Amino acid sequence: MTAQFQQARWNEPLLSDIGTPGERGFIPSAPEAEIVARVPDTLSGIPASFQRAEPPRLPEVAQPQLMRHFMRLSQETMGNDVAVDFGLGTCTMKYSPKVNEHLVRLPEVSGLHPLQHVDTVQGILEILWRLEQMLCAISGLDRFTLQPPSGSAAVYTNASIVRAYHRSRGEGEQRNEIISSIFSHPCDQSGPYSAGYKIVQLYPGPNGYPEVDALKAALSDRTAGIVITNPEDTGIYNPHIKEFTRLVHEAGGLCVYDQANANGMMGIARAKEAGFDLCHFNMHKTFSSPHNGMGPAMGASGVREDLVRFLPAPVVEKRGDRFELDWNRPDSIGKIRSFVGNAQIAVRSYSWILALGPDGIREVAETAVLNANYLAALLREVPGMSQPFPTSNTPLEQFRWSLEGFKEETGVGSSDLSRNLSDYGLQPVFTSHHPYLVPEPITPEPAESFSKDDLDTFGNAFLDIARRAQADPDDVINGPYNNACRRIDAAALDDPDRWVPSSRAERTRNRTPVKGD
Amino acid sequence: MIGLVVNPVAGLGGSVGLKGTDGLVEQARALGAVPHAHERAALALRQLPPDLPIACAGGDMGETSMLLAGREPTLVVGAAIDGTQSTAADTCAAVAALAAAGVELILFAGGDGTARDVCSTVGDTIVALGIPAGVKIQSATFAQSPRAAGELAAAWYVGRRRERVAEVVDLDDSGMAHGRVGPRLYGALRVPLGPGLVAGTKSPSNDEDQATVSGIADRVAERTQGTTLLLGCGTTLAAVGAALGLQTSLLGVDLVRNGAVVVHDGSEAELLAALTDDGADIVVTPIGGQGFVLGRGNQQLSPAVLRRAGIGRLTVVATPAKLAALGGRPLLVDTGDEATDSELRGWHKLVTGYDEETIYRVE
Repeated sequence: MTAQFQQARWNEPLLSDIGTPGERGFIPSAPEAEIVARVPDTLSGIPASFQRAEPPRLPEVAQPQLMRHFMRLSQETMGNDVAVDFGLGTCTMKYSPKVNEHLVRLPEVSGLHPLQHVDTVQGILEILWRLEQMLCAISGLDRFTLQPPSGSAAVYTNASIVRAYHRSRGEGEQRNEIISSIFSHPCDQSGPYSAGYKIVQLYPGPNGYPEVDALKAALSDRTAGIVITNPEDTGIYNPHIKEFTRLVHEAGGLCVYDQANANGMMGIARAKEAGFDLCHFNMHKTFSSPHNGMGPAMGASGVREDLVRFLPAPVVEKRGDRFELDWNRPDSIGKIRSFVGNAQIAVRSYSWILALGPDGIREVAETAVLNANYLAALLREVPGMSQPFPTSNTPLEQFRWSLEGFKEETGVGSSDLSRNLSDYGLQPVFTSHHPYLVPEPITPEPAESFSKDDLDTFGNAFLDIARRAQADPDDVINGPYNNACRRIDAAALDDPDRWVPSSRAERTRNRTPVKGD
Repeated sequence: MIGLVVNPVAGLGGSVGLKGTDGLVEQARALGAVPHAHERAALALRQLPPDLPIACAGGDMGETSMLLAGREPTLVVGAAIDGTQSTAADTCAAVAALAAAGVELILFAGGDGTARDVCSTVGDTIVALGIPAGVKIQSATFAQSPRAAGELAAAWYVGRRRERVAEVVDLDDSGMAHGRVGPRLYGALRVPLGPGLVAGTKSPSNDEDQATVSGIADRVAERTQGTTLLLGCGTTLAAVGAALGLQTSLLGVDLVRNGAVVVHDGSEAELLAALTDDGADIVVTPIGGQGFVLGRGNQQLSPAVLRRAGIGRLTVVATPAKLAALGGRPLLVDTGDEATDSELRGWHKLVTGYDEETIYRVE
């Protein structure tokens, strides 16, 4: 097998460093005389202290140069439309059907404004309401809010609801601990932590999931609840989950299920039957809306009946044939974000679920699990690859395995092998969240949208890189060779002195500041 | 200038199945061991920029590796030492000579024993970094590989020089006679800070996080304010002492009462004498990679001391990095008294951050 990918390599400067002063991409026409006559001075209403003395130093670039700049940058990135992109386990890089992009570009969706009167947005409110009904059916829970703009925000929402629940019972001060597990997604600890909770961590037992006895040792009258994923990041399903939820309830806590990634479960098992009181889904991980690169997303938080009163305001209510926004929610935790949720994400997810139907949703989960296990069978052939919890059950939609043996033999670690995948036109594979409990980890997650050919390509490429590393470790340590960049300086990631979040910061740090900065 | 010292016999024992090389050089050679520390040091040297000035120890304690790497030393300190004759005293002398020559960072190729020698000679006065070449590598003062050592040294030298304190851990030979061999903390070195490079744990993400250490220290300090406190050894517990505004011992056990160190680096008898009927909170942390929290390297915390203080008042603290390095294995106690050990076994609630605890098994 030979590498077959060659990425563009541009020596592209920063946007702020191209163009010339006075250059413009677009020059709007001057306002008409009638408008100038009616609005003579647009700035006079703005207090002087809010007005800039100098104009901002925006890039001054003509359209063709600007277009070239961003096209070149796009050529230097990997992504689902360029590469087989299932390496990023726990994040689920599934395919987002293009038809849904057409839907959200329809003026009825793209022209919406969140402050429109409800009489004028009955359509999108109906979609939000129907999407909520679908999520209730998939989880078994009673109501959802679509307001949180990300999965972590949804975990924070759920932690806030847990807090509101205990406060309503006079136990808010006393119950200040949330139990989680080290293989749950890190936001299951950071979300409750941000909501003011202490975190009690559970480590995996011999089978890869936390032991019931460890949970018993964690529970006390300070327990507010448990926030966990299942299967965890390892893809291993905790078969004692009902015992977990029973014990937490017995101790007076609530059970929160992180189902951000429900790809191994949906249509097969539900949060309700496992005994959970709350859950959340990430629309981009499970219901096919794009990841949007930290951009607008949606983490839908769901609760059982008696917790509905704590949901953030507003919620969409159906009254007769009409949809309304209910703002009058005295017990609500308040708002997590303005308005009712990102409409375009809701439309994509609604369309995706509608196209699949209940049987299709189940088939997605079954295919995702089948794909993961097929890939696992391929990667088992990599010398020195090991399954860290060999006695565990079959992984579901992803798996975390270890290349510790391979590293010991060759000196080439999992991140080296992973990096070289991009030479084969494949997205590098995710290693692990921190800390690395599994040494030299990889965590692939081939969701339902990848074909057997894709899986074979990935498996063969991985084996080929491993063979190359055995023959000549430096060959792989120095790779990849066909990409826009080869190895990045990881030390900079940990050094705030070297972060430059904006062109202004770059100028301030590296050069003499100029007026307008 | 960077200084290089190579322990030419490091790793000899391991290649023929011995548990180390300290004091066993002849036996290892007789078994056919071949030295490879030079090659490992050379591998690290090849990662350094060509124009970077390097001072090295003479002969097989540095010069040989420079030659292998095709590098001209800027300065050679000390006489040429024959690798077959080198001893720990030679390592210490070479380190002292490099320090006197004004090197800013000492790269040392060896194992835990070599790290001990460097530590006993310069302590934390000079930044140092280990090139792993020995049999035993439990200390957090080593890079993950010779290549990583070179890369980290170069990054530190030319970049912004940030460091952290790393523990020097070695087998405790004093317990040998009683059959209780285990890790012991011998001190701390100042090592370059860089993600993914300093080992001591198995993974690049498990670098000891200084913010976590101070979080743990602040939490324990808050919790034990006003109580009598028995503070075990290690950098994490030294940080607890610092959070209490006290200068506690790194290697020994201290007794703190009313905001003052009453017993500094105390023996079992001294600790017993200072304890009252009110008992004390006992705070310990695992030393080395095996997960011992009691019975190795802190035998002063004897069954009698533990009982007098109150066995139920034991708190184990650990950074998540240390726990991760255990690879799922439990923490261990071996106080020498089965009744005490069995009371200590079971699930403990470890302090692993300012607002974070971890349920972990002690066996």
